Amino acid sequence: MKKFKHILLKTLDVAALSVFEPIVRLCYGEDPRAQLRKIGKFILIPIVAFILFLGVWHVTASGIETKFGKMPTPGVTWEQTKVMVGQVFENRRSEKAFYVEQKTKAQEHETKAAQYAAAAELPKNASQKEAFLAESNAQAELAVNARSATFAGTPTIIYRVVHSLKTVFLGFMLATLIALPIGILCGLNPVFMAAASPIIQIFKPVSPVAWVPIAMILVGALYSGSSMQPAMLSSAIVVAMCSLWPTLTNTALGVASIDKDHLNVAKVLRLGWWTRLFKIVIPSSLPLIFAGLRISLGVGWMVLIAAELLVQNPGLGQFVWDRFQDNSAAAFGQIFVAIFIIGIIGFFLDRTMIILQRSVSFDAPAGA
Amino acid sequence: MPIIELNNVNKGFGPASNRSEVLADINLSIEENEFVAIVGFSGSGKSTLVNLLTGLEIPDTGTVTFEEKPVTGPHSDRGIVFQNYSLLPWLTVTGNVELAVKQVFPQMSKKERRDHVARYIEMVNLTPASWKRPKELSGGMRQRVSVARTLAMQPKLLLLDEPLGALDALTRAQLQDEILNIWDQEKKTVVLITNDVDEAVLMADRIIPLTPGPQATLGKEFRVDLQRPRDRTTLNFNPEFKKIRNTVTQYLMELNDEAKRLAPVKDLPLPDIHPIQFVA
Repeated sequence: MKKFKHILLKTLDVAALSVFEPIVRLCYGEDPRAQLRKIGKFILIPIVAFILFLGVWHVTASGIETKFGKMPTPGVTWEQTKVMVGQVFENRRSEKAFYVEQKTKAQEHETKAAQYAAAAELPKNASQKEAFLAESNAQAELAVNARSATFAGTPTIIYRVVHSLKTVFLGFMLATLIALPIGILCGLNPVFMAAASPIIQIFKPVSPVAWVPIAMILVGALYSGSSMQPAMLSSAIVVAMCSLWPTLTNTALGVASIDKDHLNVAKVLRLGWWTRLFKIVIPSSLPLIFAGLRISLGVGWMVLIAAELLVQNPGLGQFVWDRFQDNSAAAFGQIFVAIFIIGIIGFFLDRTMIILQRSVSFDAPAGA
Repeated sequence: MPIIELNNVNKGFGPASNRSEVLADINLSIEENEFVAIVGFSGSGKSTLVNLLTGLEIPDTGTVTFEEKPVTGPHSDRGIVFQNYSLLPWLTVTGNVELAVKQVFPQMSKKERRDHVARYIEMVNLTPASWKRPKELSGGMRQRVSVARTLAMQPKLLLLDEPLGALDALTRAQLQDEILNIWDQEKKTVVLITNDVDEAVLMADRIIPLTPGPQATLGKEFRVDLQRPRDRTTLNFNPEFKKIRNTVTQYLMELNDEAKRLAPVKDLPLPDIHPIQFVA
């Protein structure tokens, strides 16, 4: 029991959720007054603050009249959330119905194909036989088509979230693949750093929006595959171009500031270049590298929404734009819902990176 | 035949315009299986000396020869234990030792290597903590890991660069005994760099003082012919121990006074000026 508590507290600590620590301690009856005081300070007050924020939002929004109608209040936003959830279920239902329908269609075609094939077997003249066979084949083909048809409803919010996540991870992977090796080289070699520095300095502050046309044109010119939508690839490239910098600079810093004692160990052990890199240099800079990756993913997620909006990649960014084009109060409300979804996903991405970062930090206590 | 020899070694740092000569005219010869202690004040260039012995530094003039071959860089035959442990914090105790073993004995099979690592961890009494990371260990335990790592490389010469300097007195005494035990079992040549005369007298066969820098050089050497094993509890009443300790201490104090006397006077003559009196 005590061990379980220890594990629970450790998990909260690793997940950077130590705010909830007093609740665990309270459940185990550990100094209830102190725990209650902590809960009040660090859990209740934030909740009150959020309610206050909702109040301010409500009051402000009610007074603003736009061409789409009233600015959405928290209530309207909540209504639209329910509408969107409803759409998800609705969509799932029609999808199911669609496939059932396709299946019956296919079966009808198949029976017809069989009938024609059977008719062709009866002794008739050759041209009739051929006509029956042709009809049978046509029916068989229709059946195959019916079976392979995919449901093409409007993308639901779930589809969009998944699509956005796929795109951001693709971009993030690209960024990491570029930033890590260059960052390590920069950290290892001052001359390389000096050479790369102007390039980094110039491209680092470029707005994501400026990369959008370049990415679209280049993808249009160079990408002819079909495994991925060009819009997704363009968005991922824009994400990569903007999110690789924090990883790059942090990696360079981590590698350059490696403890001299650790390098002495490498020298005394006479480690080869690769062994030194993988056994000393990279492990010792991992905490900083992961700090960089965390910032990169945050930047990438932010950039992604703008990129999707411009490139029309069917993720959350495009959703915001679609709703804007819809010109209705309900759509306006759904933009607000999208904002919350984007924020909450961003929060979870950040948490995931914190956990990863902590798991590689050798400064943290064991088990972390 | 000496195992390691330094001949007229000079070493300095910095550009020609602002050069500080740390070591000057060092001559040292250490025989196999000897336990030599080099005693000096802090800042006298002890670490530079040990870096020269290791091969981390190369002398400006003069030669360092190990087994009659010139030293051009570090080698696993000369194992060093650093003062600040220099453990890799992301590796466990076993991992730290294993890294060194892997490097020095690449031909070992996995099982041989595991046994080898375990043996040296056992030697420094760390088996129960072998899965821990350095952050979870006390200073004494960390230095034990460092000793195990160096011993596991099976060096012919063991260089100890103030290994116990950062430890409390009790841990220090304990580790001194452990090092002496290991030295006794493994029969290695040991060079101990220290600033503690008691430690030197307790452990070494020969004590060589390093004069205060800059341009530090080795002073008059003292033989310690106390019976081994030396028992620290009775040693304090041993007249010979007391005598050696006092002579060495006295010698070091004299060196220090002399250094102070010889140090260039840095008194800047003040110009004869007076502040202007402002009258409001």
